[in-house]
Amino acid sequence: MKLWSQSMTGALKMIGIFALLALLTPVFAQEAADAVAPAVEAVSETAAAVTDVADEAPAYADYDAFAASPGFALFTVNNLWLLISAALVFIMHLGFSTVESGLCQSKNTVNILFKNVFIVCIGLLGYAFWGFNSMYPGDAWTFNGLFAMGSWFGVSNDDMSKVTDLYNPAYTWWTDFIFQGMFAATAATIVSGAVAERIKLGSFMVYAALLVTFIYPITGSWQWGGGWLAEKGFYDFAGSTLVHAFGGFAALAAVLVLGPRLGKYRDGKIIPKLGHSMPLATIGVFLLWLGWFGFNGGSVLSADPRGVSYVFVTTSLAAAAGALASIATSWMLLKKPDLSMALNGILAGLVGITAGADSIGMAGSIWVGGIAGILVVFAIIFFDKIKIDDPVGAISVHGVCGVWGTVAVGLFSDAAPVGIQILGALSVGIFAFVASLILALICKAIMGWRVSAEEETEGLDAGEHGAEAYPDFTAAHK
Amino acid sequence: MKLIIAIIKPFKLEEVKEALAEIGIEGMTVTEVKGFGRQKGHTEIYRGSEYTVDFLPKVKLEIVVPDDSVTKTADAIVKAAKTGKIGDGKVFVLPIEEAIRIRTDERGDSAV
Repeated sequence: MKLWSQSMTGALKMIGIFALLALLTPVFAQEAADAVAPAVEAVSETAAAVTDVADEAPAYADYDAFAASPGFALFTVNNLWLLISAALVFIMHLGFSTVESGLCQSKNTVNILFKNVFIVCIGLLGYAFWGFNSMYPGDAWTFNGLFAMGSWFGVSNDDMSKVTDLYNPAYTWWTDFIFQGMFAATAATIVSGAVAERIKLGSFMVYAALLVTFIYPITGSWQWGGGWLAEKGFYDFAGSTLVHAFGGFAALAAVLVLGPRLGKYRDGKIIPKLGHSMPLATIGVFLLWLGWFGFNGGSVLSADPRGVSYVFVTTSLAAAAGALASIATSWMLLKKPDLSMALNGILAGLVGITAGADSIGMAGSIWVGGIAGILVVFAIIFFDKIKIDDPVGAISVHGVCGVWGTVAVGLFSDAAPVGIQILGALSVGIFAFVASLILALICKAIMGWRVSAEEETEGLDAGEHGAEAYPDFTAAHK
Repeated sequence: MKLIIAIIKPFKLEEVKEALAEIGIEGMTVTEVKGFGRQKGHTEIYRGSEYTVDFLPKVKLEIVVPDDSVTKTADAIVKAAKTGKIGDGKVFVLPIEEAIRIRTDERGDSAV
């Protein structure tokens, strides 16, 4: 009976999520979707150069006419690169999954993997039902530059203004959706790592669904949707602020409501909770680096050879510098070369360069990544000292280094002034923090936010899922 | 009959097994165990926080032998498992009342 009732409450929660989405979504909102003007993208200067060609593009009678047009081959190449980039961003979710499970205890592995599976799926569906049109409203703002209502994303596959270079010189409407949709789930996944090993599954699912569907597109629209930050001249190439600082600050609020893991801080001492698989964590970081070629490389929004290759180099230099800087810092500070810090250093460098990967120079990208690598070690130790328990270092990697990378655009390039960058990073960060805090407190009041002490000790795999990740082995920390 | 319990360093298991095979020991039971003696643990560091590993991994062998084989068996184990450094382990010898081979119902020395 207990099992039956548990599964029923779980099912009811799921139905609740979808009912909420359905209520807020005019499913037959074809007109609304059609009315939405092409999304205004933060197009790099190189991509902007391609736009000139588009101005002369003829209106096509049908798709065959477009396929026969001289620009079709170049369009195909551009569109293909964006699709490959979307697939690369998708594989980052596998990276997050293995980093998080590797840096947590084996008794919570099923739970962590389950959360990651759920977030990708709900993130994409939420983005289709609401997020995409809320984030890229064109002229359809509800409150000018601040908030736009979302709606069903679909358009007709025969609408030549959506599936040819009339929509965008480099990609179709579908490509635009799937690329941005893959980004959306990333923000909620960042939270998942910070709250791991003690958060109630059902509450987290509701929280993550609401965060990724309704909150992420709001701050996203401020910049990439052409909202008030874009008008102020804020610059965030691929999302140091809009994706990473957003996720990091949301995670901070979620962790503050949640509290540290049991026994993490005892008698004024920090008792480390050992991650159960460094190989998994390492695989995840390499997958994330691979995925970042799509995250940043795709954010050029075309296959422009100069733009994409430039971004590949700045991205990788920053990652490498981040790793070396964090290795040096942790070796000096902790007297040992710490692998998990080196891994966090790679991610710190990647998060740091994301805002300026197309505008910061070669030496600049090494500085940005290197400083991020130093910052991340101090941030992880600092948060641990003040008893903010973040098993994977998500707040430090994404929150702290996301803000740093955004500010660094003002310091290492002339894409935007430092003041505007600070304003943008802080306003997105504070909005994410407050929204996440409210969501978490509501979830806590209605469903509870944290599992029982008994369940936490036994592991969430047994408590939430009645399953084991490694049935053939004896867990060391039960 | 005596039960010989030997707690040794895991990497010495193969050498001990070979040494025992050489003197004609035909069977043993091996368990992976953790524990500490005078070697104590050591400190490790994880994400900036130190912690001590008190229980070190060891391998426990259990061998039952006839009384006249106890000395040579124990000697063979001690010789093969020795590195001369702290943490090599210990050998204990206990009396055994009875042994039965399940397949044949044999009892006593012929069962071990």
